[in-house]
Amino acid sequence: MQSLLERNVILLSIAILVTVSIGGLVQIVPLYTIENTIEKVDGMRPYTPLEQAGRNIYIREGCYLCHSQMIRPFRDEAERYGHYSLAAESMYDHPFQWGSKRTGPDLARVGGKYSNEWHTEHLIDPRAVVPESIMPGYPFMATTPLNFDDAGEHLKTLRAVGVPYSDDQIANALADLKTQATGENGDGDVEGLKNRYPNVPLGDFDGNPDQLTEMDALVAYLQMLGTLVDFSSVDAKSIER
Amino acid sequence: MNQAIASPSYNEDVVKKFVIAAAFWGIVGFLVGVVIAFQLAYPVLNLDLEWTSFGRLRPVHTSAVIFAFGGNILIGSSLYIVQRTSRVTLFGGPALANMVFWGYQIFIVMAALGYVLGVTQGKEYAEPEWYVDLWLTVIWVMYLVVFAGTLITRKESHIYVANWFFLAFIITVAMLHLGNNVALPVSWFGAKSYIAWAGVRDAMTQWWYGHNAVGFFLTAGFLGMMYYYIPKQAERPVYSYRLSVIHFWAITFLYIWAGPHHLHYTALPDWAQTLGMTFSIMLWMPSWGGMINGIMTLSGAWDKLRTDPVLRFLVTSVGFYGMSTFEGPLMSIKVVNSLSHYTDWTIGHVHSGALGWNALVSFGALYFLVPKLWNRERLYSLRLVNLHFWFATLGIVLYITAMWISGIMQGLMWRTYDTLGFLQYSFIETVEAMHPYYVIRALGGVLFLIGALIMVYNLWMTAKGKTRNEAPIALAPSASSAGN
Repeated sequence: MQSLLERNVILLSIAILVTVSIGGLVQIVPLYTIENTIEKVDGMRPYTPLEQAGRNIYIREGCYLCHSQMIRPFRDEAERYGHYSLAAESMYDHPFQWGSKRTGPDLARVGGKYSNEWHTEHLIDPRAVVPESIMPGYPFMATTPLNFDDAGEHLKTLRAVGVPYSDDQIANALADLKTQATGENGDGDVEGLKNRYPNVPLGDFDGNPDQLTEMDALVAYLQMLGTLVDFSSVDAKSIER
Repeated sequence: MNQAIASPSYNEDVVKKFVIAAAFWGIVGFLVGVVIAFQLAYPVLNLDLEWTSFGRLRPVHTSAVIFAFGGNILIGSSLYIVQRTSRVTLFGGPALANMVFWGYQIFIVMAALGYVLGVTQGKEYAEPEWYVDLWLTVIWVMYLVVFAGTLITRKESHIYVANWFFLAFIITVAMLHLGNNVALPVSWFGAKSYIAWAGVRDAMTQWWYGHNAVGFFLTAGFLGMMYYYIPKQAERPVYSYRLSVIHFWAITFLYIWAGPHHLHYTALPDWAQTLGMTFSIMLWMPSWGGMINGIMTLSGAWDKLRTDPVLRFLVTSVGFYGMSTFEGPLMSIKVVNSLSHYTDWTIGHVHSGALGWNALVSFGALYFLVPKLWNRERLYSLRLVNLHFWFATLGIVLYITAMWISGIMQGLMWRTYDTLGFLQYSFIETVEAMHPYYVIRALGGVLFLIGALIMVYNLWMTAKGKTRNEAPIALAPSASSAGN
């Protein structure tokens, strides 16, 4: 067998391809076929356009290289970060951002833990709020206008890869983006936004109502992380796999 | 012998280009590594600019060392080795080979420019966006055509063992690249795309890719280099043919399964985690099979280690390979991983493999190739090779010990409770505790970089045809003291 493979490039190539295919097929395909891979929980919804814009900035800056978004089921992590992460909580994440390193703390449930002002200050100059921090500063975000005029196109693309955005959500993408960042103070359709995206955090996130900046988007994203699933209604049995 | 007569017909020109590119990108990659290591110790070095922050430079470092430095020496070596072990010139002629070379350099530049400007897919080691991925796919197919075509037209009846590994490397990397990067661009004229996979499925696909970039790019490909350069430099045959057959197929089959050990205790289903752990532990054996085959090739030639610093690079690299392929299975055990995951221990582990194994064997390959490609009798200076060896080794030791300490310490601090049952340390206290180790790690990186600069100088002088007037590296300790 080996002496045959060793003399025939095509056969050797085929043998290699078959050998390396098996492991991946066994580990990946069942994740699509086994039904309870993703838990059935209430509350998950696609990201609002502003949150998705913020998420794209999070990815662009490589935040995932130092922050995880995946809480493991240990006592110390539960006390530090909250309930362990469910697969359902990242079901609309293209790509996933679980991370592999905690140079900084986990962010899976950072939403609502700090104020908008804290986040803005912290992103502009981390050491102004946490003197020992080694995080880079991102002052430019507070002054860079958010460029997401093609929000509808982004939502359409996400729908094509499986996120269940409705026609309504896509048609109102740009309006929703602006409404979320101005909140009740603006003239946007707040009720419509809330209907399309339950539990949406509203308001002027960066403390500068005159301009829609990258900071608005990133803070909006951080403030909703881990807030969608209502864990008071989740019992251990229902998320058991 | 045959080789000397036939050698003029080999395409050495393109190998020369790959060698120069490897040396260049190596320095770039190490330098960026040193910069980001200092950023972690002194955050002011992030400069508060978007193009210079850790999050954007870190992919520049990883891509530069893995795909640019590692990729160039790997492709260059494979093209050198496949010609000599097949006794034919490259299939497709010089034009196709040159397209592979320049196309690959364009891939590197496009990817790196993207990172600095904020264009990334946000998947570790697969950061390039869709247009760069497509470009690489075309180049990779051309590379496969050149390599496999050369094998098909070979004048030897058997395919040499190094080429099995190169073939597995090329085919598997193609499969992983295609599987992990399925993405839909938002617009055909924009850089941004969304990956087809989501959440837990994307996580599994990513680490299927990520771990096997280690398995087939940094292991199978580099084992191919080992199987040529060590026997050549030691002038001894490979220790065991039977062992090479067994460990080749075992590695090819087992490695693919190991990905989920990057996802222990996450929302990935337990059955997948358990599979990942089991196969990672099994991988220990074929990995050590490769190490034994490499090191035992020196049987009867151990004395050469004392006088030949190039061989010392090659053999030490295999030693590091053995060490990190022992550490890897250990860290894949779930209880160990509960401590090590998310900490610097992982970073230390990666670097004992990347610096100790991949970089050292690459340095050995460069020292081997340059005198041959530029038709020089010998290297400019063996003593400088020796000096490089010690700079590199010391740098690695500082790096990995600092990361062991900081990683294990941070993992323990996170889970420490005080006597009242509260968490003892806030997160920021664990960050503060890392500082001295981040400084030591960065200094280790500086030593490693200095060593590489010594190498570039040495190779440059060799290519120019200079030889340094120096005392030979002595045969015995007594002679050495007399010589000095």
